[in-house]
Amino acid sequence: MRIAVQDGLFDIGEESNRFAAGLSDSGANAGAIVTFTGVVRGSDNGDMVAMEIEHYPGMTERAIRKIADEAMARWSLADVLVIHRHGRLVPGEQIMMVATASRHRLHAFEAAEFLMDYLKSRAPFWKKELLQDGAGNWVEAKDSDEEALDRWA
Amino acid sequence: MDILYFAWVRERIGLPKERVETSAATVRELVAELSAREDRYAVAFSDLSALRVALDQDLSDFDAPLDGVREVAFFPPMTGG
Repeated sequence: MRIAVQDGLFDIGEESNRFAAGLSDSGANAGAIVTFTGVVRGSDNGDMVAMEIEHYPGMTERAIRKIADEAMARWSLADVLVIHRHGRLVPGEQIMMVATASRHRLHAFEAAEFLMDYLKSRAPFWKKELLQDGAGNWVEAKDSDEEALDRWA
Repeated sequence: MDILYFAWVRERIGLPKERVETSAATVRELVAELSAREDRYAVAFSDLSALRVALDQDLSDFDAPLDGVREVAFFPPMTGG
């Protein structure tokens, strides 16, 4: 399992390859790898120049590890990778990445969705949209984010 | 005890972190103590349903006891992912 909380960009291809290589090195015999990459979406009217992501150093790693441990316990996974960035990001840049590996694809897909649902509302990150005119808007959590967790209850 | 604020809670209170001496038994009592200090706290804590709290870096709730807690953090619902 690898958890990375970082401000720098990451290379999706490199991370995917390293994840896959780690599986074959460990003899995990995984038949499925699922990766998900979250990307900064621009605002509909194009006035968002950047997204500032704040986090709670210490708790962030701890919360993500807890979520990943829970995924490992619920599904039969060979490995889990979570990378989440913070700091100032521009539209089109990747924010985060999740990779899961399992013997068959169902577990890897479900676990990746579980990780995404929990990272959204249980990992201490806060997004602020920075607009052209200098204003900043904190992104509000949606009811649907919380409801998404019910599915895993 | 250290108190940390994040996102708009940090902006409203005007600082990211402070150390307070308190005899509050629960988070709710600590919030009442802080709110009585100055308006900026009262404003930030006016609607607790819009806030989350973590005790020693674990999510908790406003009725949780503060016994032995070293770090309390207040923040809005998280928006990761």
